[in-house]
Amino acid sequence: LALTLSSCSFTSNRRTQTRVYIKGKNCEDQCVLQHSNRICVITLAESHPILQNGNTIKSINYQISAGCSRLQNKVSGKSKRGGQFLTELAPLCRITCTEGVEYTIYSCIRGRLLEVNEGILERPELLLEKPSTEGYIAVILPKLEESKTVTNGLLSREEYENILSKRTSSTQQGPKTEPEPC
Amino acid sequence: MMLPLKENDRPIVKKLLEAGCCARCVLRFCFLEVQSAYRQPYEDTAKELLAFINDEETNVTKDSAVQDQLTKDPPSKKIKLDTAKTDVQAEGDSALVPTVTEEGGARLVKSDVCVVCLGVLQEFCDEAYATKISEVVKAENYQFDTMVLSVSLPAQLSVREVSFLFYFDVLPYRKKSMLLDKDDVIKVKDAFKWIMQGLVSKELGGVSVFEVGVGFTHPETDSDCHFLLILWLNSFEGAHAPNFVLLPFLLFFFRKFPCPPTRPASKCVAQDVQCLHVSVFVAGRYNKFSRTLPQTPWVIDGERRMESSVEELIAAPLLSSFRAKGFNFSSSGREDVDVRTLGNGRPFALELLNPHRARFNKAEIRQLQETINQSSDKIRVRDLQIVSRDAMGHMKEGEEDKTKSYSALIWTQKAIDKDDITFLEETKELKLAQKTPLRVLHRRPLTVRERVIHTMSTRFLDAHHFHLVLRTQAGTYIKEFVHGDFGRTKPNLCDLLKTDTDILELDVEVGVRAKLFCFFILFFT
Repeated sequence: LALTLSSCSFTSNRRTQTRVYIKGKNCEDQCVLQHSNRICVITLAESHPILQNGNTIKSINYQISAGCSRLQNKVSGKSKRGGQFLTELAPLCRITCTEGVEYTIYSCIRGRLLEVNEGILERPELLLEKPSTEGYIAVILPKLEESKTVTNGLLSREEYENILSKRTSSTQQGPKTEPEPC
Repeated sequence: MMLPLKENDRPIVKKLLEAGCCARCVLRFCFLEVQSAYRQPYEDTAKELLAFINDEETNVTKDSAVQDQLTKDPPSKKIKLDTAKTDVQAEGDSALVPTVTEEGGARLVKSDVCVVCLGVLQEFCDEAYATKISEVVKAENYQFDTMVLSVSLPAQLSVREVSFLFYFDVLPYRKKSMLLDKDDVIKVKDAFKWIMQGLVSKELGGVSVFEVGVGFTHPETDSDCHFLLILWLNSFEGAHAPNFVLLPFLLFFFRKFPCPPTRPASKCVAQDVQCLHVSVFVAGRYNKFSRTLPQTPWVIDGERRMESSVEELIAAPLLSSFRAKGFNFSSSGREDVDVRTLGNGRPFALELLNPHRARFNKAEIRQLQETINQSSDKIRVRDLQIVSRDAMGHMKEGEEDKTKSYSALIWTQKAIDKDDITFLEETKELKLAQKTPLRVLHRRPLTVRERVIHTMSTRFLDAHHFHLVLRTQAGTYIKEFVHGDFGRTKPNLCDLLKTDTDILELDVEVGVRAKLFCFFILFFT
């Protein structure tokens, strides 16, 4: 059976999509998947501590601060007015695992927040089972003029894997001395 | 002919001529609506006006009989008709204008261009110019039945016209004579059309939905209306006409613009004649057999991403047969690049802009359809026909009411067997909640759409593939139903089959709906 290459899902390669990685401190790595129409999906990278060692998730909190909850983000119209504008270090949510460790998930790119994944509030196991698809964290729309540069400086798959292999082969523990990008 | 001028008009005519008004503009400011007065040769009108003002003793009766002034001995005060200069040359650089000299005598002098119409009603309102216009039209080889003449004039004509009207207001004797409203002054455009429409029509011998555009510019006085910009900027508060108080406006106007206006050194320049035929509309249905053909040209950043398009393939032979300059394509819904359109085909309508030829009989249309079908195997057109403008509007009607039928090739990650998919056939009226797919989210609002999948049927292919046929509500995103779009379409096929799935191929089958069928019968003549 001849399979055509005309698949249209986001996860397939028919349309150009780029997946880039962000190295976080303490291996809290994240991933950005950018569609050819410039829309970005923020997810955890497979090396993120939350996804290791059979963790379970205690809570996911989109309330970033006293005055700001990502759940209140409402966009309207084609130009997505009203969406909170995020910079790279803007927190999206805080996730607490059962051992009590709290992790902050960051935006990693500049852009307008379109939506956060409410599905993982109802079913946190989605985040663990399908972190790259149904367990996504947020959808962000970069500015038109920044659409090509918004992933500059982020890691390609190859660079990411290099870093992963360096980590496993490294015997050193302790704080990293170089500045973290995220 | 005899100009229907009255005694009251005499001082006005004199004043107008003194100010540099041409003969025909004099008629306009005298509120003369008799079209034939404008159609007579310019020289005749000029002579008659001269005679009229030179003969103060002649009584003009109410029924407008004017005696022939040219043969009488003039009273001492007026008329020195300079006979040598009565040969009016219409082709010259400046027209002969009846002018009142400083001594009070009236003569025709080789003089300036009209201060109000800037020569439009002097130089460009005769048979010679009508012939020039017709020659251009004939050279373009349009086929038409009726024609309408349109004319565009430099904006400063309005300014000069207003200046003249104020000029009147200052004079003691215009007053309530007829309580002439400025709106009663004959417009330059009207006078022009009264003269030229007939002349040009006669030359072209036609009658049609075809417009011949004549335009004039007068670069020398273009800056005349610049002062209005200030007024404009100060008065504008929206898209409506300036709502200024009259008195300040008058003062402002007098300060900025002379009343009467200054005499120009040159006449108007005639622009190229432009021809325009109303659009012709062609409708039909199309099938798309290619998975690499967009409906409209796919261009990003000025670069074409995919070769050709449905609309270009259909339009190309039509553009050349109708000899049209451009087109607008419209269809009842559309499909993605990689989706085939099968079945009876999707209805479309094409507006052909400025066609040089508009009449085709049924056989010729059939031939055109054949030409389109032979030009490419990626599309096929049927039921091609010429329709009215309304057809374009009807195209989008009822899109929401339709049911669509799709055929998809599905891939599953998990290995499946025949029995795993039979339950889909029992699933009826499945309600979906679809968030705006990520692939279109950049240009559509973020919202949740409720859609229904009415029925499904399957055909097992192998452990990882099967064929799925769906009948759904219009507007359902099929691809997102299959792969789930990050879980933003619920429920989706992944949920139902409990495995990752993806769509490899999609076809849409367009059926014949009762509504559309009637629509085409209606226009089938």
